Amino acid sequence: MAAPTFEVPKLKEVSEVPRVQEGAMAHIRSFPASAAIQEAIGFPGQLVENWEEKAIEKMGDLLHNYRSFKVYLDSCVHCGACTDKCHYFLGTGDPKNMPVARQDLIRNVYRRHFTFAGKYFPKLVGAKDLTKDVLDQWYTYYNQCSECRRCSVFCPYGIDTAEITMAAKEILDTIGYGQKYTNEIIGKVQRIGNNLGLPGPALEDTLEGLEEDIEADTGVKVRLPLNQKGAEVLLVTPSADFFSEPHVESLIGYAKVFHAAGISWTLSTHASEAGNFGLFIGNYDTMRNIALRIREAALELGVKRIIVGECGHAWRVAYSFWNTLVGIGAGANDPFAIQLQQQLDPRYPAPQHICEFTYDLLKRGAITVDKSANDHRVITFHDSCNVARGSRMGDMPGGQFVIPREIIKMVANNYHDMGADTIGESTFCCGGGGGLLTDDLIELRVKGALPRMEALKRVADEHQVNFMATICAICKAQFSKVLPYYGFDMNMIGGVHQLVSTAIRLDQKQ
Amino acid sequence: MPTLTIVYALLFYAATAMLVIGVGYKIYDYARTPAPLKIPTTPAPTTQAGVVWRMAREVVLFESLFKATKWTWIFGWVFHAALLLVLIRHLRYFQEPIWTIVALAQPFGMYAAFGMVIGLSGLWARRFLVDRVRYISTLSDHLMLALLLAIALSGLSMKYVAHTDIISLKAFMFGLMTFNWQPLPQDPLLLLHLFLVATLMTIFPISKLLHAPGLFFSPSRNQVDNPREHRYVSAWSAKLEQK
Repeated sequence: MAAPTFEVPKLKEVSEVPRVQEGAMAHIRSFPASAAIQEAIGFPGQLVENWEEKAIEKMGDLLHNYRSFKVYLDSCVHCGACTDKCHYFLGTGDPKNMPVARQDLIRNVYRRHFTFAGKYFPKLVGAKDLTKDVLDQWYTYYNQCSECRRCSVFCPYGIDTAEITMAAKEILDTIGYGQKYTNEIIGKVQRIGNNLGLPGPALEDTLEGLEEDIEADTGVKVRLPLNQKGAEVLLVTPSADFFSEPHVESLIGYAKVFHAAGISWTLSTHASEAGNFGLFIGNYDTMRNIALRIREAALELGVKRIIVGECGHAWRVAYSFWNTLVGIGAGANDPFAIQLQQQLDPRYPAPQHICEFTYDLLKRGAITVDKSANDHRVITFHDSCNVARGSRMGDMPGGQFVIPREIIKMVANNYHDMGADTIGESTFCCGGGGGLLTDDLIELRVKGALPRMEALKRVADEHQVNFMATICAICKAQFSKVLPYYGFDMNMIGGVHQLVSTAIRLDQKQ
Repeated sequence: MPTLTIVYALLFYAATAMLVIGVGYKIYDYARTPAPLKIPTTPAPTTQAGVVWRMAREVVLFESLFKATKWTWIFGWVFHAALLLVLIRHLRYFQEPIWTIVALAQPFGMYAAFGMVIGLSGLWARRFLVDRVRYISTLSDHLMLALLLAIALSGLSMKYVAHTDIISLKAFMFGLMTFNWQPLPQDPLLLLHLFLVATLMTIFPISKLLHAPGLFFSPSRNQVDNPREHRYVSAWSAKLEQK
């Protein structure tokens, strides 16, 4: 880790709300996308000439098509309930990182162009014209929101800043002012099939290598099949699982679970990515196109079940949107969706989360574990924002909090939760979600992780916690990078299935 | 007929029209705008009945605000509860005979205006004392509080300082409703009170007071969490299937 060029916040015993420091993060601007990146996914290569007109036109479009956007722009009363809820505000003190102020950047322009009060009494309601300065502020601060929805939990009207940020990014993309990191990745997944741009042969090599590693490690031939027609399960997992640390440990964990349970499974090169960055830019068509790859792969391979690996926003898209977008789930009536429904086994939810799958096997005793294998670890669990506030597991509300914790407790002996106001529905974003997991935003990422780091520090001091489990590829990558800034070991972060992998017995079953 | 009576009669017809048509249009507009994706803030209810219960807690108890900040919650809740009582109590000026619920609310409603004043004062104090709330407050935020506070204080003054001719006022209101205008008492406090109320009614559909209907249309609160079990499709997203 190179010495930081900014001041890393001090961890406090009791978390404090910072004083407002205007402009504290105004210098942090994520790199804009190049013309090639923009054009590859159907957006203008640079800021279009009549950008103001186009932006307002697009805003009108979105107001027409998204009830959330319209209702949320009208409903805010500036009560301040959200002002101390965003991790980026808590870590930076920049008032434009308060959810309401972030929303106001676009709300002020909405008022000016679409409301009576803003058209005729702009000063009164703070309405503003869309100047280049305002546009630049949109770019700066909508690329400082990880769309984690924590503010929406506390807003008395349920205003979800993620919806506003997505709308803003949609407008910015439309006028040729996109963000490099996210849009480059969307291009890769559309062209190659995964966010890392890992081509089929490379993926095959990687999986073979992993099979050898597992055999060397355990003496058991555990397979990681690719494009295997007729397999029972299609596993769709974030591509980071294929080679990033600690992600790959969870991939090994899934493979061992399938092996031990004796259930045939396969990965797919065509759908070698669970992540769907279309969510981050709020573009419905992009999100749908990426999701379609999953349906195509499932049909092609003839699988009976679709299971999603450890990835936060991917699970939100899969659980909440796949059925709407492409008919993975019950009730779609286009020919391909009907074919898929006839093919999938109705006894299992579609899609299913890998944690739901493993939890069920553990409960039924279909796999066995040696809990003491994890005795060197004292574990806590970081709820990932999109899983916590945008999805569910199991059949009861809040199952997304219960199931991963139950798995951990079934495979390990030492577990402690972090503070109640930092987990569950109140969980803090890791600081790298929503398309912000890029090095050009490292200062924002480090500072945004502050609330989580403080909560972690408390359980580390009190219970000697030395492992923070999570089920999100972005969380894993973000924490690996950020933990050392706060004096923690980067290896403290890992997946739930990494723990399963350590404890699972491969010798006893079937 | 005194000019002032005519002016106020027309003012109230206009304000009522603005309130009813304006809010009605906004509700229609919210209702026709599609919500293309399932975005309830989870954990969310998995049944429609559960959503009704969640919404009821939100509307009656301000559940989310309670989670967020106890000070804003206590002042906000006291203000809204007091406002509701005051509104119920005021129904007596528009009806004969008086409904039981209005009669029952009378003893509480008489003091509720103090609750409004306390709540509004607390909410306004936050706009000065908390630096974050000060930062986000606009001129209209302050004026809205001033308007509501002025309504409460002018109403209280008529109850506790200088009584107005309530019998004649009721006759005026009945006259408005039956299009048989009766003279309005020429009491400055009353005229002020009525003017401010008419102003509030007028700006309702063009201001942040839209948070009232908005809450019911908030997708993060009013959607059922069942996307795997039931396919959810809105009008325009369904069109993509044809492609």
